[in-house]
Amino acid sequence: MSRDPRDVKEELIQIYPKKLRQKRSEQIVITEHREDGSVPEIKSNVRSSPGIITQRGCTYAGCKGVIFGPTRDILNLVHGPIGCSFYAWLTRRNQTRTPTDGDANFMNYCLSTDMQEENIVFGGEKKLKAAVKEAFDLFHPKAIAIFSTCPVGLIGDDVHAVAREMSAELGINIFGLSCEGYRGVSQSAGHHIANNGLFKHIIGLDETPHDDKFKINLLGEYNIGGDGFVLEELFKRCGIKQISTFSGNSTYDSMANSHTADLNLVMCHRSINYAAEMMEKKFGIPWMKVNFIGAEATAKTLRKIAQYFEDAELTERVEQVIAEDMAVVEITRSRVKARCQGKTAMLFVGGSRAHHYQMLFTEIGMKTLAAGYEFGHRDDYEGRSVLPGLKVDADSRNIEQIDPVPDPERYRARRSPDQIAKLEGLSEMEFRDYIGMMPQMDDDTLVIDDLSHHETERLLEIYKPDIFCAGIKEKYAVQKMGIPCKQLHSYDYGGPYAGFSGAINFFNDIDRMVNMKIWSHVTPPWNTPEPQREEVAAD
Amino acid sequence: MRKVAIYGKGGIGKSTTTQNTVAALAEMGKKVMVVGCDPKADSTRLLLGGLAQKTVLDTLREEGDEVILEDVLRPGYSGTRCTESGGPEPGVGCAGRGIITSINLLEQLGAYEEDLDYVFYDVLGDVVCGGFAMPMREGKAQEIYIVCSGEMMAMYAANNISKGIVKFAQAGGVRLGGIICNSRKVDNELEMITEFARLLGTQMIHFVPRDNDVQRAEINRKTVIEWRPNVPQADEYRTLARAIDQNQLFVIPKPLEMETLEKLLIDFGLAECMDAAPPVPATGAAKAGAIA
Repeated sequence: MSRDPRDVKEELIQIYPKKLRQKRSEQIVITEHREDGSVPEIKSNVRSSPGIITQRGCTYAGCKGVIFGPTRDILNLVHGPIGCSFYAWLTRRNQTRTPTDGDANFMNYCLSTDMQEENIVFGGEKKLKAAVKEAFDLFHPKAIAIFSTCPVGLIGDDVHAVAREMSAELGINIFGLSCEGYRGVSQSAGHHIANNGLFKHIIGLDETPHDDKFKINLLGEYNIGGDGFVLEELFKRCGIKQISTFSGNSTYDSMANSHTADLNLVMCHRSINYAAEMMEKKFGIPWMKVNFIGAEATAKTLRKIAQYFEDAELTERVEQVIAEDMAVVEITRSRVKARCQGKTAMLFVGGSRAHHYQMLFTEIGMKTLAAGYEFGHRDDYEGRSVLPGLKVDADSRNIEQIDPVPDPERYRARRSPDQIAKLEGLSEMEFRDYIGMMPQMDDDTLVIDDLSHHETERLLEIYKPDIFCAGIKEKYAVQKMGIPCKQLHSYDYGGPYAGFSGAINFFNDIDRMVNMKIWSHVTPPWNTPEPQREEVAAD
Repeated sequence: MRKVAIYGKGGIGKSTTTQNTVAALAEMGKKVMVVGCDPKADSTRLLLGGLAQKTVLDTLREEGDEVILEDVLRPGYSGTRCTESGGPEPGVGCAGRGIITSINLLEQLGAYEEDLDYVFYDVLGDVVCGGFAMPMREGKAQEIYIVCSGEMMAMYAANNISKGIVKFAQAGGVRLGGIICNSRKVDNELEMITEFARLLGTQMIHFVPRDNDVQRAEINRKTVIEWRPNVPQADEYRTLARAIDQNQLFVIPKPLEMETLEKLLIDFGLAECMDAAPPVPATGAAKAGAIA
């Protein structure tokens, strides 16, 4: 098990043809912390190669599924054939909770224009208009978002014109998103398109002021398995006013009003950093990267928020919450740590999750052997310091890059440059920055971008980790090899895993999975010796 | 049954040539079906004496699964059978997909199981996408005729269509049967198109002279054959029909390089209009410029 990761890398890629071997060798790196503070460069956010079984999803999945899906009262209408639309029905376990039974919640619905061949040939705009009208009559939503699937882009239906026309007719906010599945190398392009959509069509539409002293938005939190509920409760206990979340358990109104906050907290850097940047430029709200995955990480994040607001009372409350909750976490953590110490994990998921969840494993003494993102970019791996030198390739260039100017009436720098500089002097206080995954990993660890199925199998054979974290596409292939697989997209049936109480849930779930012997007891039929199999057949 | 597709630059006279040729074949006693593959649905107007009332795609839209062959196939001049794919209005949807849908439907309805001697596909303009290449695919048209004139862009389009034929010929059985020269009275047109066809590895199957009787027949919604069976132009189409009927030369074309095509035009009559130094495109950029 203590094999040199350089040898393992060679073994993973040796089967590939020469060109692919070269490409993959740039996408698989061994971590090291260099003297100048840099980490190795990793090729990422590039096209998956033909023949590779990739973990990735499409642009539409990123736009509709990830960003807009978890908002409960925007009516999400998919313009396309019904197959794509199945994925309009959230399968990621994003949860929501309306204040009363009478409040709008469309998350259980899946709306599609159900395009037929006839709509492809003659155009689908009329059917789309009819669908918007029908949806409006049924649900009377405040807003309707229209998502374009692949064929819509091919035949050139103008969803934006339809949205404008129907918006004028029905008097509600209707907007289109050109998130055709093929528009990027992964779902990451869809996140960007969705961010642009939020910024152009929702953020800043509602000026309702709030008297609260400590107003924040939580960005890149999608309330999988109830994570968002835990954090909402946490903010409440600390006396922090959460204006909106992008986008777990969120509402249209809260997003429209989100520009009234004084600080943006960014959880999933990859999926939402664009909105944070645009909001800072237009409204003057600073953003900082935070992490609520892991008890230590949660405590650190709360302290960073308290430091930003520089308020003694808030600091006291935050410290009190941390003290209370850490004591409870510690009971489970020490018990589970005794059982999990020294066990190993691999994480290949998301564009931030593979980073965040390493914190939880570390807290119970487990070692990360290898990690990587499905759709991360270099800044997610190496930190945002690489951004100025990042070359924009053709695949990213076809996505609109919005560079807003300060809003003449509404721009208000929440902190002066001097204040920001002073705050940044404090330990681990950085604004508009993300350190990236690799700097926080041990040296000589494998980091692999866009892990292929072949590489997954080889890694499992070589290292036999105690747990593998990925998504539904990988889960059963991994478990067939006798290794438990934790889904970190949907949390399987578990969660919440965020915050202090979430950490307790995670520790217990991981304890159960890595210490359960079932996988080593099962002999699959294909490993049953020949004579026995005949016996079974004779029965 | 011989399956024939007619291609050529937009406005070159494909529909007129096809319908007059089909009329001549029908006159010879051949049973012919014409499949119009143009969203404008005007490929059978002269055979039907007016525009088809309902296209295949219109019918499919209105009738759903209940479409029967009689709904979309209409009898035209002298026992010809006419159908139009139809398609979206300009600027919406996907006309190419429409052609694919429509040809598939005709096949399923058994349009090709009739006791036919010929099926003619009259296809819109250039081969711009997969839909307009549909008639070239395996099991559809086996022979292609390209309508062309001595004008440079018509020859350029013919050359491009030949490239499409090469692609499909390698995968299936489609072959080029010849170039039909629909004269625009360009200098040395006969010689130039004869040479152009030879360079492509095919033949100029007939030179159709320009004659205003074609326009006179068209305003009467008729082919020349039907309108004035005895005028010289009617005989031209009869000659073309016979040539196609007796054609034995089916080839995979050898498309020309742009330089060769330009040289052909210069050699056959444009030499005196050239500036002192003939521009010989040497670089890729110059080549692209010439094409644009």
